[in-house]
Amino acid sequence: MAVMTYREALNMALREEMRRDPGVFVIGEEVGLYEGAYKVTQGLLKEFGPQRIVDTPIAESGFTGVGIGAAMAGLRPVVEMMTFNFALLALDQIVNSAAKMYYMSGGQFNVPIVIRGPGGPAAQLAAQHSQSMETYFYHVPGLKVVRPTTPMDAKGLLKSAIRDDNPVIFIESETLYNVKGEVPEDPDFLIPLGKAIVRREGTDVTVIAYMGMMYRAMEAAEELEKEGISVELVDPRTLRPMDTETIIKSVRKTHRVVVVEAGAGFAGMGSEIAASVTEQAFDDLDAPVERVTGANAPMPYARNLEKLKTPSKDWIVAAVRRVCNANGS
Amino acid sequence: MAKTLTRSAASPSGFGVDAEAAKRLLSDMLLIRRFEEKAAEGYALGKIGGFLHLYIGEEAVAVGATSVLRPDDYAISAYREHGHCLAKGSDPKRVMAELYGRRDGLSKGKGGSMHLFDRSTNFLGGHAIVGAHLPIAVGVAFAIKYRGGDQVIVCYFGDGAVPEGEFHEAMNLAALWKLPVIFLCENNRYAMGTSVERALAQTEIWKFGQTYGIPAEKVDGMDVLAVRDAVGRAVARTREQKIPALIEVDTYRYRGHSMRDPAGAVYRTKEEVEREKLRDPIVLFRDKIITAGLLSEGDIRAVEKDMNDRIDEAVTFADASPEPPGEWLFTDIYKEA
Repeated sequence: MAVMTYREALNMALREEMRRDPGVFVIGEEVGLYEGAYKVTQGLLKEFGPQRIVDTPIAESGFTGVGIGAAMAGLRPVVEMMTFNFALLALDQIVNSAAKMYYMSGGQFNVPIVIRGPGGPAAQLAAQHSQSMETYFYHVPGLKVVRPTTPMDAKGLLKSAIRDDNPVIFIESETLYNVKGEVPEDPDFLIPLGKAIVRREGTDVTVIAYMGMMYRAMEAAEELEKEGISVELVDPRTLRPMDTETIIKSVRKTHRVVVVEAGAGFAGMGSEIAASVTEQAFDDLDAPVERVTGANAPMPYARNLEKLKTPSKDWIVAAVRRVCNANGS
Repeated sequence: MAKTLTRSAASPSGFGVDAEAAKRLLSDMLLIRRFEEKAAEGYALGKIGGFLHLYIGEEAVAVGATSVLRPDDYAISAYREHGHCLAKGSDPKRVMAELYGRRDGLSKGKGGSMHLFDRSTNFLGGHAIVGAHLPIAVGVAFAIKYRGGDQVIVCYFGDGAVPEGEFHEAMNLAALWKLPVIFLCENNRYAMGTSVERALAQTEIWKFGQTYGIPAEKVDGMDVLAVRDAVGRAVARTREQKIPALIEVDTYRYRGHSMRDPAGAVYRTKEEVEREKLRDPIVLFRDKIITAGLLSEGDIRAVEKDMNDRIDEAVTFADASPEPPGEWLFTDIYKEA
């Protein structure tokens, strides 16, 4: 184990997988000479050269399509979106080409591609650069969607994503790149896609969260502990396929659920998890499932308005109190 | 770098192919023509559903281009791709079964007319979002170069893809990175019902090659030998120098955009269609072969019968193939490790 930042963990994953498999290459805007807009690819051009660390012009649909074609021909591209906001320019390639190729070719052409980069709310970047993008992707059969919360997850999940034979949407976060944590240095360390993790054991309520929201939920759990409310924290890590088994298991133990997500709530991840819990564990619930979501508004620039848009620790604490009181405890 | 319209008749080297090669070109064009006629029948009978875009009139393009490719070269196309897929060597039985939505189709009946794929012939689809497969073709060329291979990829697309941003992104990236892709624009003059004049500020599509520094030319797409000659030169150059090419072929579809536009009469005149039928690529080539004494009329009748029989077999095969089983709905979504 070594202590390193989330950014360094990603860098380590890329480096290890590129050393392991000569078919892995990185392509995107500013990934080479500039060493990444957020420095995730720092030092990779020096080690692997311009053939495998490929700088592109600003042409998201074009270079994503290049990645898909290269993947059809047997390579394993890692496409960097400078931020996931720009992935909308490549949405047709991702949804209509990458996700469906294996199916519409009757199993002849799979697309082993990773599309990665930061997404989610950032600091005062306003409406076009600060938004949760996972909703656009996890609806689509054929895609896998990963949101790694810790440096360890960032490394283990990225390595699994690169080795996966399917298109994987891997959304990081600007606000987490400097977060430090323990990361195994073993190049064979992997975290399987589709497996949730219980980050904190508890008995009174299950809080489901990921990325920045998980860190806020951890703070909320500490505060609630002092009030005598024991919070279990579940991090799905992969949003598609979703590990509902781990979620349901936790619900059967606590009987109360709060789902937290940074994005706008309408038709969001909270809706999906609430539906699954209701379908599979209705009789176990002692209170309605509560959603804590971003406000149903675009992201504003002004600092005070921005605070009103994104869930805080206090929102989570309040929601937990509500579901617990609903049972009269 | 660029040339104006080339025609094989202008070639001083004479006919350019021997009797065997001429027979192959003719039989491949006849196979596609017959296949499409039978597909239209299948559609009328309700055996084929959805969208069905026929290649009738454009056969010389796929056949001429494929005739200069190696089996390990790649081809990729849009949704009017039956001809490209058949020319690349796919079994007509499995192509027809795909159109019929049956389990023995190339894509197990999951793709249909617009999504033909054949790994055994390096035919990479079958893409029905206009312009989207151009960057994918560039990616295949990227992989060829990455591995140090000497294959090429031919990327067929219509004039309708040229106003799309992805045409320009793909041309730029292929030229910038010097990748072995041949962009082959089948200009049949109409993107659905919109003529080139109503869609493009620059209607001479080959000239976009000059913008990106790509060798480009325009060729008569109703002349199979002219297509063969132009694509052959581009393939040789691309294979050796690892640079892309743009070829605009002047062609014409005799049917409407799809079976839902059978007459194609709103946006073009009957007179225009009749006039274009005078340059039917199959009729022209047949006459040329006979005049050159390469094949007799009897030889040609035998080829026609042979191709008709093969397509009849394909129809019988498709009709007999079972529907895909229900559980296939959920297979081939994710590839398991």
